[in-house]
Amino acid sequence: MWEYSDTVKEHYKNPKNVGFIEDADAIGEAGALACGDALKLYLKIKDGIITDAKFQTFGCGSAVASSSILTEMIIGKTVEEVKKITNKDIADKLGGLPPEKMHCSVMGHEALEDALKNLDGADNEPASKPKSKDKIICNCFSITEKTIREAIEHNGAKTVDDIKELTYAGGACGRCKGNIQAIINTYNMEAKNDKKELNTVQFILKVNSVIEKNIVPELTKDCGGIELINVEEKNVYVRLTGSCKGCRNSNLTLKNFVQTQLREHVDNEINVIEVE
Amino acid sequence: MSQNIIYLDNNATTRVDEKVVEAMLPYFTEEYGNPSSIYDLAHVANTAVRKSREIIKDFLGANDAKEIIFTSCGSESASTAIKGTIELNRAKKHLITTKVEHPCVLNLHKELEKQGYKVDYIGVDSNGDLDITELISKVDKDTALVSVMYANNETGAIFPVEEIAQKVKEINPETKIFVDAVQAAGKIPINVKDTKIDFMGISAHKFHGPKGIGALYVKSGTMVAPLIIGGHQEKGKRAGTENVPYIVGMAKAAELAMENMEDELTRVKCLRDTLEEEILSKIKNARLNSTSKNRVPNTTNIGFLYIEGELILLHLNDAGICASSGSACTSGSLEPSHVLRAMGVPFTSLHGSIRFSLSRYTTEEDINYVVQELPHIIDKLAKISPFQKELGEILNK
Repeated sequence: MWEYSDTVKEHYKNPKNVGFIEDADAIGEAGALACGDALKLYLKIKDGIITDAKFQTFGCGSAVASSSILTEMIIGKTVEEVKKITNKDIADKLGGLPPEKMHCSVMGHEALEDALKNLDGADNEPASKPKSKDKIICNCFSITEKTIREAIEHNGAKTVDDIKELTYAGGACGRCKGNIQAIINTYNMEAKNDKKELNTVQFILKVNSVIEKNIVPELTKDCGGIELINVEEKNVYVRLTGSCKGCRNSNLTLKNFVQTQLREHVDNEINVIEVE
Repeated sequence: MSQNIIYLDNNATTRVDEKVVEAMLPYFTEEYGNPSSIYDLAHVANTAVRKSREIIKDFLGANDAKEIIFTSCGSESASTAIKGTIELNRAKKHLITTKVEHPCVLNLHKELEKQGYKVDYIGVDSNGDLDITELISKVDKDTALVSVMYANNETGAIFPVEEIAQKVKEINPETKIFVDAVQAAGKIPINVKDTKIDFMGISAHKFHGPKGIGALYVKSGTMVAPLIIGGHQEKGKRAGTENVPYIVGMAKAAELAMENMEDELTRVKCLRDTLEEEILSKIKNARLNSTSKNRVPNTTNIGFLYIEGELILLHLNDAGICASSGSACTSGSLEPSHVLRAMGVPFTSLHGSIRFSLSRYTTEEDINYVVQELPHIIDKLAKISPFQKELGEILNK
């Protein structure tokens, strides 16, 4: 079902530099058996130049191809040159990878980084060490906390399953599902706190913004409209316009849609009241 | 088979029998009438649909042809039975199904959970056999529907659906039973009339019929709300002009499946067993996943330790062999098989699980070829694996 490039096919059919180096100067590892992907990379280095590289990979066609082409890309290069290689370089060299398979190139890059880190000594963290929000949560697919939070914030993901569908995180070995749930919980807690801290002006502005961004576009589809008339504590007074005005389903629209949206995005205790 | 392809993925889809195509063809350009119309041309189409309904009735061992409605696929049959039942039983908010159902049942239940339904997902043991005691223990007065597959697509394990239906009805006679028989139809004889099963879904393309046509058995007296609303077709249970050529095709495929049932249960089963035994004896890191004592005759599922399934499939493909895998990397969702996970298959072999599913077109030569090629492929791929110590020697001499 995947559209693999000819280069990918060539490399999984006849992978180059398979095996291990007994007296390797650096060994890098990435992935895990549980995730369905694991890579071991062996390097032989002389005078700052990578003279030999071998790999062993447990993984799919694109994982083997990524490992194989990576060894070809680094043999004969200096350590400094090799440090600049990104996972995108690996994917590009393969003539591209399906989006779902980009994590295979990431794994190749991680193994290389791991090997070079070991070479530099354990104290030297690699320059590209992720920042705290970039912490990798799902090791299988290298999905960061930032990506997961974005899925919650921008795509409205609410459950671990939603996150999985949007980002793949938690989709393979599932060991990170607890951590994903924790991120969702934290986010919900923060969102709740945000809501509580609103003063009256902020509250009205937030109500108005949800009406404009989330509610008006939907009502417009049915040639209807809505105006914010007043806000008294948790009571939001609105007037329905256009085809919504006098529609016999308008009460349903108010309670099921407008009120639900406002409760979800602003405050759980909002009551929506229609004024003529 | 076409150009030296060894096709062992018949649980995914099957080759359409030439006799099926032959039976369908006149209904495209000659007998193209709408069965609902009044003239003779339409009468021919109407008769063809009526006869086809009779054949499907016999295929499922139903009482009456009126119990058969034609749908577009197995998924539509499942959705009709499940949604059509709960729509008429709004007060009941409890559903039971299994952890190993096809996505068309599983994902629908997940959706219904979001709508406020309580769903119990019943597990399986390491053989892939269903925990019936647990299932029965979950039935109560609020249970609207129990949905259980007849045979599992990945392991071939057959679930005792008749017994389940009987026991569920003893506790709550109002609970409806839906059986997804997509992987059983054509592989084992089915006789629904003597059971308490209310609904049974099938799909033609799993038994050498065309894609895009299925059927749903609805027991006489069982109510179901239509999924597609429109005309009066299918007794109001499924609107839309009858897909005459495909209905005829499915009926022909069912007829041929009944004729070939003996072959399926003997020769095909024998080939499957040979394939399984040979692989397990020749390849040291092979583990049988499909260990249920009660299996459809055509399916085997084998895990290869420390080797990834997609890689095996790609190399099998290069050797002209088609199979499928429960590995995460072959699925669009990048998730490993939920069926093998539910069985507790360890990660060491889960990702390297391969399903071979045979059909009446499978020959002894096909199986011999696979048995000859596969060990070389596994041996070659094992050399790439980082788990050399764990793997050791692959081939038995």
